[in-house]
Order: sequence, then C-alpha cells, then structure tokens
Amino acid sequence: MTLNRKSAPEIVDAVNMKLQLKPYEHFTLDNGVPVYTIDAGAQEVLLVEWVFYAGNWYEEKNIVAATTNFMLKNGTAKRKAFAINEHFEFHGAYLNRSCYNETATITLHCLAKKLPELLPVVAELMTECIFPEEELAIYKQNQKQRLEVNLKKCDFIANRLIDEYIYGFHHPYGKYTSTLDYEQLQRDELMEFYKRFYKEGKCLVFVAGKPPADIAEQLNKNFGHLTLNGKVMPEITYNIATAETKKYNVINDAEGVQGAIRIGRPFFNRHHPDFQKVQVLNNIFGGFFGSRLMSNIREDKGYTYGIHSYLQNHIHNSAWMISTEAGRDVCEATVEEVYKEMNILREELVDDEELDLVRNYMIGSLLGDLDGPFQIIARWKNYILNGLTDEYFYSSIKTVQSVTPEEIQTLAKKYLVPEEFYELVVV
Amino acid sequence: MIHYNRFVLDNGLRVLVHEDHSTPMAVLNILYDVGARDENPAQTGFAHLFEHLMFGGSVNIPDYDEPLQRAGGENNAYTTNDLTNYYCQLPAENLETAFWLESDRMLSLAFSEKSLAVQKKVVCEEFKEHYINKPYGDVWHKMRELAYKTHPYRWQTIGKELSHIENAHIDDVKNFFFKHYRPVNAIMVVAGHVDLENVKRLAEKWFGSIPMGDKYDRKLPQEPRQTEARHSDIYANVPLDAFVRTWHMDARLQKGYYVMDLATEILGGGGSSRLFQSLVKEKQLFSNLDCYHFGSTDKGLVAIEGKLVKGVKMEDAAHALDEEIEKIQANKVSDLELQKVKNKTESVISFEDMGVMSRANSLAMYELLGDAEMMNTELERYHEITTEEILQECKEVFRKDNSNTLFYYSK
Repeated sequence: MTLNRKSAPEIVDAVNMKLQLKPYEHFTLDNGVPVYTIDAGAQEVLLVEWVFYAGNWYEEKNIVAATTNFMLKNGTAKRKAFAINEHFEFHGAYLNRSCYNETATITLHCLAKKLPELLPVVAELMTECIFPEEELAIYKQNQKQRLEVNLKKCDFIANRLIDEYIYGFHHPYGKYTSTLDYEQLQRDELMEFYKRFYKEGKCLVFVAGKPPADIAEQLNKNFGHLTLNGKVMPEITYNIATAETKKYNVINDAEGVQGAIRIGRPFFNRHHPDFQKVQVLNNIFGGFFGSRLMSNIREDKGYTYGIHSYLQNHIHNSAWMISTEAGRDVCEATVEEVYKEMNILREELVDDEELDLVRNYMIGSLLGDLDGPFQIIARWKNYILNGLTDEYFYSSIKTVQSVTPEEIQTLAKKYLVPEEFYELVVV
Repeated sequence: MIHYNRFVLDNGLRVLVHEDHSTPMAVLNILYDVGARDENPAQTGFAHLFEHLMFGGSVNIPDYDEPLQRAGGENNAYTTNDLTNYYCQLPAENLETAFWLESDRMLSLAFSEKSLAVQKKVVCEEFKEHYINKPYGDVWHKMRELAYKTHPYRWQTIGKELSHIENAHIDDVKNFFFKHYRPVNAIMVVAGHVDLENVKRLAEKWFGSIPMGDKYDRKLPQEPRQTEARHSDIYANVPLDAFVRTWHMDARLQKGYYVMDLATEILGGGGSSRLFQSLVKEKQLFSNLDCYHFGSTDKGLVAIEGKLVKGVKMEDAAHALDEEIEKIQANKVSDLELQKVKNKTESVISFEDMGVMSRANSLAMYELLGDAEMMNTELERYHEITTEEILQECKEVFRKDNSNTLFYYSK
C-alpha cells in the first residue's frame, strides 16, 4: 500500500480533550501565612516562592520597592552579601527576587533534600536585612550604568513610553526610572519600606515539585513565628491619566535601522465579562505564530522578525498591546497593516476553519502549559493573586470551546477601534 | 536516570524513544547534523536561513504550522554553530500528525521562491534587531574574527553580513537540503506519553521510505594552536567602555571541557564567584562581569566580558583581571569552591531534566556527540574532577599567548 502523504492523519480535536487543573494542597502557618503546594513530578527538585505585597504600588518614591527587593540578598545583621550568596550557591540552590507592580517575590529553587539548610537563611533575609550603605552605593552606580545602556535601545524606550501614555506617569503601571531616582535613594527609605512591607508585611507562600513529607513543619518552624500578616494592608488607589495625544514618533538613535512599534489601548482586568472571549479574539489577531498579524506582516511581507499582540498581565487594569520591531523604512507600512487587520476583524466574520484551528491551538497549548509542577503552581499563583478560583480555568476552556464568530466580530467592533489606540514608533 | 530505547531504520535514521506517562503530551524532536560551521565562507548564515525555510511548505504539505496547530501542537527550531534542531509538542493522541509533517519535510521541501524571498527579509530583520540595532551588538562578530583564523567558528550563526543572506539563491537551498537533510544525517527523539512499539510502527511507516542520502563527511579546517596574544581596539556609539577576552579551550568530549566548565563557574558563576566578588564588589572596576564558555562541539572559547565603571581605565581593569587569572593559575582552588560548583552542576542537571521537551533535546544532543547514554553518565565526569586538574587546565588555557582581547571603547 502506498502512503498517501497529501492527506493528514486523523486527529482528536484538542478542543474536546478533558483538561484538569490539579488542585493545590493548602495549609496555614501559625501566624496566618497561607501556603499552597503542588506535589508532582519525578525529579527531587523544589520551588518555594514567597510573595509579598511589596510592589511599586506601595512605594511613595520611585524605585524604593524594586531596590528594597533587590537588596534583600545584600547583607543581614549576621551575614555579608558574599556569605549569603555563598550559602545558597554551595547548596546548589538559586535564590532570586523580583519586584512587580503589586507584589514582590523571593524565589528559591533547590534540591528538596537541601531545604533544612536553606530555609533559616531565607527567614533571615525577611527579618534581619540591614541595607549596608556601601552595597547601596554599588547598586546605584551599577543600575545607573545599566539604565544608560538600555536607554540606547528603541524597544526599551518604546515599552516605557507606551505605558506612560496609557496609564499616566503617576500610576504604578506607567512610571519608570531615571538616573536621578537612583541618586536620590536613601537607605532609611529602604529600611522603612522593608519593615512595613516585608517584616510586617502580607505574605503568601507557593511550593511546587517534590516537597518533603515534613514541609509544613519546616515552613512553620522557620516562618510561622514571624510578624507577618498581622497588619492590615493600606488601601491605595491610583487614578489613570491617559495621554491626550494618540500618535507619537520618537527618534532615539538617528542611525537606527529599525523602529520599535507599540500600538495599545486601555483594557479591563480579568474580572471583566469580555476578558476571556477577547483572549480568543486576540489569538486570532496576533496571539500566536499562526495569527493574522504574524501571517501577514512577517510571513507574507517580511517586515519584521516577529509581531505579537497580548493583554498585559496586570491585576488592576490591563492594556491590549501590539508590539514589534520592524525595518525603519517599513515602519509606516507595518502600522498601516495592523489597522487593516483590525478592520478586517471588525468587518468580516471569522470562518469556522480558522476559529477551529485557534480553539485547538489554545487548548493544546494550555495542555502543554500544565505540564509539570512549576507550571501548575504558576497558574494557581496567578489566579490566587487575581482573586480567581479554578472556576476561571474551567470557564475559560468553555469560552474557547463555545465562542461564536458573531461574538468575536462584536468584540472586534467594540474594542479594535483605531481611534482608541495609542500609537508609537521609536527609532 | 533517563530510560530510553534506540533503533535505527534501514535508511540510517537513528530513533530514540523516551516514555514518560506522567504527561499527556508527546514530543517529536529532530536534530540535523549541520550548523553554521558547515557553511561556505562566502555564504554564511545559510544554515540558519535554511531553518526558516523548513517552515515554508514541503513537497506534499503546503504549510507546516497550520495542521500542527490544528492538532493542538506547538513547535520551534534553533540553529547553532554545530547543529540544527526542530521540535514540536502536541497532545499524545495526535502524535501521528507530527510524524506526517516531519517526514514530509525530510522527504523534500517545496522549494518555494516566495518563501525564500520573504524569509530572506525576515532573517535580515532578525540580524538588524539583534546584531546591528543593539548597543554592543557586533561584539561577538568581532571577537570570533579575532579568535579564529581558520575554523568556521569565525562567523556567527546569523552570518557575517546581510549580503550573504540577501544573495541566497533557490539552487543553494536545494543543494543544502539534499546534502544535509537526509535520514542518515538526522536523529529523531520521540518522548512523552508514547509507546515504543507504536513509535517503531510510525517511524517505519512515515520515514522508512525516505532515501538514505550520503553520510556527510565533515572535514573542517582545525584551528592551529594560538601562539601569540591578539588584541583589537574598537570605538563605537555606546555609553560605556566594555572589555571582552577569550581563550581557546578543549572540545566538547575532551576532559578539559568538563574541567573548564567548573573553572568558569568558580570564576564567574553567581554572587559568590571570584571575579564578581573581587572586581565588581570589592574593587568596583566593572559594573557587571560574566565568565562562561560557548559549549561548542569543536574546540571552543572561554570568555570573560564586562562593562567598566565610568572613570575606570581599561588598562587598570584588564590588569586587575590578570591578577585574578594569575591566582587561579598559581594556586589550587579551595575544596569548598570545588564542592560548591559540583553541587550547582548536580542541581542544574536535575532542573534541566524536569521537562520532557528538554529531556528529548538532551538525548538528541548526546546521540549526536556519539552516545545518548552520556546523558546518564555526565554527572560522574564532573564528580571526578580534582582541584589539581583545575589548576593544570587553567595554566594551559589561560596562557597569555592563547588570549584574544577586545577593548570596546565608548566613542
């Protein structure tokens, strides 16, 4: 029998596959700190993440939150920065910290057997940091230099400016850092922020991998007695102040051979009833390799190495963003094609074949995303921090399965309105 | 311990199967034994451009991505100086779709002129985005040319210049395909929620009839031993002075490779490494500093690179670095330092082995190097390294006359 290579093998539609989000185990430390764990996977590895409500949402002066977070590893009453690093590295562990808008984290990756040596030092970083002046001076100098290099990059400039247009410079999502901000940082501001938002802050813990049987005891012994989660968090609200002008052209480097293009509009957070359906529309528009923006602007015209659209992953508000770097001489043509694609989505119904493909792709990719304990806990963390439950997971699957071409067109008409987008090209 | 089975089709295609039933997904990974080092010096960047063309339709299937996405799959590929690797992941029920797609593009591409014309532009934009329009984007272009005089590692995978990509012709594409993309030059790994017998059946069904092709006989000019320090000054529109130095080191399977892997960790891996502590924190000559090696199959490079703190003289920074290098050439590293980097290596290997995609990729790489079983014995090779061996290797590699230095000045 000769093989027919022209026709595709039968497939099971991914869209009908049964997806399950593995539930977490949950317990609470003596001081009320909640712990969420996922026990899965074959390797003896572990991820422990401490999430504090200590993002730039809570700072009164620019860059205080990020600096406090960065310097958690730079010295305690007992250990210098070198000794802290050496301790974790000697045990083959990675201790990272990151600062976001609402939250800031400390993340430990290690072999599960090393946990008893590592947890006491993590606790030390949450209680005994001293923010040495000389460490702060080195940090300021090196961060200023790093900023100077980044300011030469068109994509870096574009990312800062588009957020400023959409949220306003005084909103945590819209502000950014200058050299002056670094120069004005004071040690006592860090100490104060640390005391309020770490030592006496609000903390959640996420654990994934192969936790040892006594994980609850280990965590409680090291963290259960700390002064966490005792104080009520301040209620802080910010007003969004969008820019009046919608279109911008910036020349950052006269010699530049490419332009960074950002086209974005304000959007709602995950609790908005349109959010999940818009995710499907976004996939069709620019959300994956087979999207319309990619097919047209990269695969047909070759204007760019890549073009994407996405909804920003913020808790309070979001923005719908189109992002690419394109040849300098084709930036204008690229922008034009983006609006053309918006127009087609408003004017024409998506056909079933394309929509089926996107449905299958989205479910298949979700299935792939749930592969492994770290991925599962990341999804849970995102839900928990956004005030969602697994109901959201199952309803988003239902949305992908059932959203109609008519609904998609209605959403395109409602949101893919060129006049509501901010548009920026930075060369 | 990673379990797998191995068999070879009559046409020479090597197949490895790694079953892991804890995932609902399947991975199909195909590695072709061709990289930028196999390019004609007048047509650099071709292996990578070719990788793009592999998505431009095959002889019986007009589009690769669409049917895969329809089957709930995702895919990508990458090219290095040594090899080209393609991988896709999809729900295990739809594994045969991956066999269908991958076998057709191994059988023959469609050789579409339109795809070539578009992908030339796309790759030129990739070139601009990463190597022209970024500060310091040309550092490795310049460094490779300084460090290699003979071996084709002297150019990057993206290519030497835009014109090499712009001039690519459809005949070059055909020749390249039939020379390198044959079963006998490929390794396939199927992993995840799959069954050995079923994979054997599918492999035979879809790949069995593809003509074997000729085994590619790699005869690359080897780089002669460097006997004199090389140096180059560059002035560019960048905000900070930067320092880059490389030395030639052992090839992937030689003992010295493993020793140097640990030595670079001791020097530059993490916040307790020697160079970071001494030159960034204590002396404050560099605002950042990295020490690593390229992981090349043939004799590769160890690199140290960093940006200078404003006001620091290049010569002073270089001198302080020399002192650190002299230290590691004069005295054995401490037992604690050695234990630390061995522990880190053990961790890194455990973390890498978490994902089924990453395991499939590693199996293919080790098979290419000569034996997939190395994936399970690699850690032992690190464990047996002694402080004395690190001392001897540092003496040999970090010789002045084996060094290549770029002083990259802010104009």
